[in-house]
Amino acid sequence: MFLKMPSVRFTRNIQRHVECPTRDVDGATLGEVLHAYFATNERARGYVLDDEGKLRKHMAAFIDGRQIDDRDTLSDEVPGGAVVDIVQSLSGG
Amino acid sequence: MPRCHISTRKGLFTLERGARGWAIARAGFVGDNVTLSMHDPRSGHLYAALNHGHFGIKLHRSTDGGATWTEIAAPKYPEKPEGYKPQTPVEGTPVEWSLKLIWALEPGGRNEPGVIWCGTLPGGLFKSEDGGESWGINRPLWDDPRREQWFGGGADQPGIHSICVDPRDPRHLKIGVSCGGVWTTKDSGKTWMLTAKGMRAAFMPPDKQYEENVQDPHMVAQCRSNPDVLWVQHHNGIFKSEDGAASWREITGVSPSTFGFAVVVHPRDPNTAWFVPGTSDEKRYPTDGKVVVTRTKDGGKTFETLTRGLPQQHAYDLVYRHALDVDADGRTLAFGSTTGSLWISEDAGDSWQSLSSNLPPVYAVRFEKN
Repeated sequence: MFLKMPSVRFTRNIQRHVECPTRDVDGATLGEVLHAYFATNERARGYVLDDEGKLRKHMAAFIDGRQIDDRDTLSDEVPGGAVVDIVQSLSGG
Repeated sequence: MPRCHISTRKGLFTLERGARGWAIARAGFVGDNVTLSMHDPRSGHLYAALNHGHFGIKLHRSTDGGATWTEIAAPKYPEKPEGYKPQTPVEGTPVEWSLKLIWALEPGGRNEPGVIWCGTLPGGLFKSEDGGESWGINRPLWDDPRREQWFGGGADQPGIHSICVDPRDPRHLKIGVSCGGVWTTKDSGKTWMLTAKGMRAAFMPPDKQYEENVQDPHMVAQCRSNPDVLWVQHHNGIFKSEDGAASWREITGVSPSTFGFAVVVHPRDPNTAWFVPGTSDEKRYPTDGKVVVTRTKDGGKTFETLTRGLPQQHAYDLVYRHALDVDADGRTLAFGSTTGSLWISEDAGDSWQSLSSNLPPVYAVRFEKN
């Protein structure tokens, strides 16, 4: 059976710094999905992840509307066809 | 044309001196947090460090005097070794190995085109050899176990805010660390010496106040014509070295205060230095609400309090460590404040002109020096 790939959407605020269009990419965890996205948009990686590969302190990620648990190793599972949203936390101002 | 770049919480503003004096000629990165700029006298390129908050720390370069900018690589911390166990600093929390702030940017020597040094939070010293296209962390300093004992001063994490490249030999560097003293290398960073002997840290317990690795030099300024003379505005006073940082002497009795962040030294006269004092550690505003600049012309024996053109009532401007600069002529100075005021002097500080009192909070003031 053909499984639809996850789709990644980015906050509007990031777009003025680095263009991040919504794209379907392969991957079974958040880490795999993001690394697949950044493979063709390397500059965006540093806007979302810190030097240790963790989700930046004031960013948030949702998988089908559910906030992720693992910000450090990005191990949350991403089902086929899921929508991943990368947004800003309000905590950083 | 003389130019000066003002890094602020909401943009980079460029001053130019035209026929009618100094004025803001250009605003760049408006709305963005610009924490520092650097002009490279060898290439003429400009660099701007940005803190995008949510999106991290970025570095941009302009090859056309600031008309257009391109994002370039930012320093990136290395991966932690497998099984790494950090020592615990005073604050109790080891630093993350991730860039938090670009706090110092300095060109390498005249004969080292492309070399740029960058000091960061949390306590990293980076070097680029290709004009900022790529960066590498200085491992000898980063791997020194004493580096792990550094702790935050002002910021939550320790940082390198001052980099002095010796004009006689660019392999000789001195760096200032809050909090971690002053460090010296004579071989481009292969080996390092802790050189803060004589500094005093009143914020530490009595038996630790003279330990070199706990010192909080807010800013280190090196005289260009006599690089063995260095001035430091320290957390609890003013210190001076006349032997290339081998030893330091505290200078006391300066009115209205020896507390502050910024210091600059005349490029051709090691006896002349300027400071912008605040009241004290716990009261970070000008004494009695009067903005003043203190200046010594005799190596610290006496100080003048300069006030002409500066507000002398109900002024609560604080001047950060990078927000005072002196141009290569030794007569033109500028400083900006946390409350968005900007002043310039063309007579070595005798008198000051207000250029704005409506800027965003000022982080850094840097003349273009060729």
